[in-house]
Parts: sequence; structure tokens; C-alpha cells
Amino acid sequence: MKSEIENEMKLEFISKSSNEAFARIAVAAFASQLDPTIEELADIKTAVSEAVTNCIIHGYDKKQGIVKIFARLKEKEIILEISDKGKGIENIDIAKEPLYTTKPNLERSGMGFTIMESFMDKVEVESVIGLGTKVTMSKTIKPKIDNEESDEEFELITKE
Amino acid sequence: MESKFYEEDKLLIFKITEEIDDFSVQKIRRRADYEIERYMPKKVIFDFNSVTFMDSAGIGLIIGRYKFAKMLGGTVELANLTNSIKRIFEMSGILRLIPITNLETI
Repeated sequence: MKSEIENEMKLEFISKSSNEAFARIAVAAFASQLDPTIEELADIKTAVSEAVTNCIIHGYDKKQGIVKIFARLKEKEIILEISDKGKGIENIDIAKEPLYTTKPNLERSGMGFTIMESFMDKVEVESVIGLGTKVTMSKTIKPKIDNEESDEEFELITKE
Repeated sequence: MESKFYEEDKLLIFKITEEIDDFSVQKIRRRADYEIERYMPKKVIFDFNSVTFMDSAGIGLIIGRYKFAKMLGGTVELANLTNSIKRIFEMSGILRLIPITNLETI
């Protein structure tokens, strides 16, 4: 049986949209220690991409700032804190509503929070006007039944 | 992104080959609008066969091209969606306007 993983990592980068791919790939590489399926990994990547885009586009708008990611692995769960020191969100409930966007002219869909909420198990948003926003989200990686079975089979074979 | 225009059918196919996020859509959007304006297609198909990642930026990208193509008398269809890409489009509701079609990747 595998031992429980406890691990942490921090990532900081400037708010350029060219860093979005870097951020989600780095988090996915870190999360892969939990042995997620390709689909679970895709969910995490998408949620990270949405949160980081929000920091860059909305938090900092056109100004330059630092986006921070703090990731933790706890047993089978990944917990992500993605934060900016940007302008903050006036009304979090409205911001979370599907299709709500403050920038419709830029072809923004307003689906960022909806996607984060449906791809992760839990999403919490804290924001202070003028100080910034922090999104905390978590996802538990489901145990792989197939793997366990094959492990047992392997044990049986080696015993024999 | 690669593209191919079929004159006889007035069909324009875009095969997106990059990951779709807020950064990459800017380039895809410019190129797609340029070609839609140039060829005035009756039908535009976006082929997602080679797209390994898409976030909500893809929704805005497709809605924007749908509006633009429609304004010029064309329609938009989507092809070869992976499960996670399909889920994102389903969430946004745009599949009610923009159908999924069968297409062999060029």
C-alpha cells in the first residue's frame, strides 16, 4: 500500500497571460503525485487556468503584478490557493454567477467560476477591494480500483 | 492553427492545433476573422482534434466567430470535441446554437 503523501509547493510569476500555460502545467505536474486520471488532471488544469486568468485579467487588469499559487497535497486531496494583490471583487456572489462578466466586449464568457466549481470539489473566494483576491479550491483524487486489483493479483502471483 | 477552404462548398475548416486559453485565443481570433472575411464561407467548421487543452476562453472564441460568420451569411459547426472540451461547451449553453458535426481531420 502506498503511504500518504504530504507535500507543498509555491509558485510566483508576473501577471502575463503567456504564463497561464506554465502555471497549469506546473500544478498538473505537482498534482500527478496523487496518481490522478487524465480526466482529473484536465479538470485541475482547467480550474487553475480559470483562476490564473481571473488574477491577470480582472485582478491586475492591465497593470503588472504577482500571481501566487500555493499547492498542497494531503492524502488524496489537492488544495490550491491562487491569489493576486489586485483590485478585488466588489460582489463575489454576482461574480460567481454563470455568464456574468465585467468585460463582455473582450469576448469573455463569464464562465470562469462556474467551471472552477464544477471541475473541483470545493471553491472558496475571499476578496478585499483594493487588496486582492484569493481563490481556494480542492479536489480529492478517487482511488483507482483497477490498480488495486492488479496489485492484489500481482501479490497472489508472487506468493505462488 | 491550420485552415482549408473548399471553394465549391464555400466551406472553411479551421484545425486548431494549439492549447486554447486567454493567451492563445488572441492569435486564433485574428487569423480566423481574417479568413472568414476573406472567403465569406457558407459554413465554418472548427476541428478540435488536435486541441489538448481548452478553458473558458474557448467559449468566447467560438461565440465571437459564430457572430462574425453569421453577420457575413455563414454558419459555424464544431467537430472532434474531446469529453472535457464538450463539457465546457455544454456548460455555456452554446451547443444549442452551434451544432457538433462529424468531420474527418485533414
